[in-house]
Amino acid sequence: MANDDKPNNADTETSPEASAALPLAAAHAGGDAHADHGLAHTMPVWMLVAVLGALMGLTILTVSVTSFDLGSQGNLVVAMVIATIKAALVVTFFMHLLWDKKFHLILFLTAVLFVVLFLSMSITDRGEYQQNIDLYQSTTAAAATK
Amino acid sequence: MSESTSESVTPPAKGGHGAPAAAEHTVDGHGNGHAHGDGPHLAHHFDTYQQQFDAGKLGIWLFLLTEVLFFSGLFCAYTVYRGMHPEVFVYAHYFLNTKMGAINTCVLLISSLTAAWAVRNAQLAQRGLLVLNITITIACACTFMVVKFFEYEHKFNDGLLPGPAFHPTEQVWELETFRHKHPEAAEYAEKLTKLAEERDEAKKHGAKAGSDKPEAAVFERPTEEQLEPLLKAGVIGPTAEDPTRPSKPRNAHVFFGIYFFMTGLHGIHVLGGIGVFIWLLIRAKKGHFGPKYFGPIDYAALYWHLVDLIWIYLFPLLYLIH
Repeated sequence: MANDDKPNNADTETSPEASAALPLAAAHAGGDAHADHGLAHTMPVWMLVAVLGALMGLTILTVSVTSFDLGSQGNLVVAMVIATIKAALVVTFFMHLLWDKKFHLILFLTAVLFVVLFLSMSITDRGEYQQNIDLYQSTTAAAATK
Repeated sequence: MSESTSESVTPPAKGGHGAPAAAEHTVDGHGNGHAHGDGPHLAHHFDTYQQQFDAGKLGIWLFLLTEVLFFSGLFCAYTVYRGMHPEVFVYAHYFLNTKMGAINTCVLLISSLTAAWAVRNAQLAQRGLLVLNITITIACACTFMVVKFFEYEHKFNDGLLPGPAFHPTEQVWELETFRHKHPEAAEYAEKLTKLAEERDEAKKHGAKAGSDKPEAAVFERPTEEQLEPLLKAGVIGPTAEDPTRPSKPRNAHVFFGIYFFMTGLHGIHVLGGIGVFIWLLIRAKKGHFGPKYFGPIDYAALYWHLVDLIWIYLFPLLYLIH
């Protein structure tokens, strides 16, 4: 704590790999003299601002694209692709996953994998029952017009 | 930095396990501060700051994992219901205010930037900037909630509530959003409504006046532009609630159930985030955070980014339905 020259980090921020490699080992080994790296990667300001700019741009894009008709599911697909790009930007940069331990990335991707499994199973299952829905709608509509 | 940390005997920080340490190590025997020495914010069950930080980081990532799965239940409900009844979503999206949704998206994105920036400030012991960035984050989160409040209030007033409380005060083709997009269809829907009313009127007096129905002769064949938007929104056609006149799709209230659950759960997370950041603001002002101890800021920022992430998906799914 007394090592108040720490803000030097501001100058060495362009070398993120240094702190990302083996944090635990680094802590044990580098606890003594030249601990000029922090406990984790430090994001440069320009990168943060650039990511925000990209996110804002994509938001404008996703809003403006709704005024075009891209087919039955086209608009939904485009909106989801843009949202996923935005999500990837947030996860990679704002959440430091690019420099973080790979284990955290695996954790996150596991969650995504299970969400995809969950949704795809549900969609497939729903497709199986579409006939029943159509039948129900046509019969109730016919009954109502009588 | 050093004077504030050396004398404070505040309770040590929580690690990933959430158990605050009771005992406190005194200054280490090395005599020099910058060794792997114990400090006021190193919980006693950790050997080093690095270990403490890594444990907390793993903890928050596991928590975020459960959060993703938690929200996925609602996303699943959305997906399944939209697959079954797309007309309900087309109908309901005309009632949502895209501008407010877009403003909230931008506000959340900005707060995400300041949260990420705050982590950097904590790492570099920039106390002033840290306090400023946390304050902006809180301000943005509050702005988000205020906009949300106005949106909810609007829906409450217009009877756009889930379940049996769903009594929309306006028909979808009367809305500005609909009229702007499909002026011909809106006109046609009004025409149909008028016709249905006249028909009802005629039925009432039918006993004495006899049946003269000129309207069928006057009425022209509707064009694609007139029919298509109404059919897609379930105003007329097989999915409509009332086959005799333009109305709304059956079970349109389900959309608002999904809408309120998804945005409500997200809003609760925003409120939670505000609470956490207020706590961190107080601690940041006291100068608790520095290069060796910035975990809480980092973890809160990660949580905040996840809240932002969920909104990134909610916004197009709820507000930008085509």
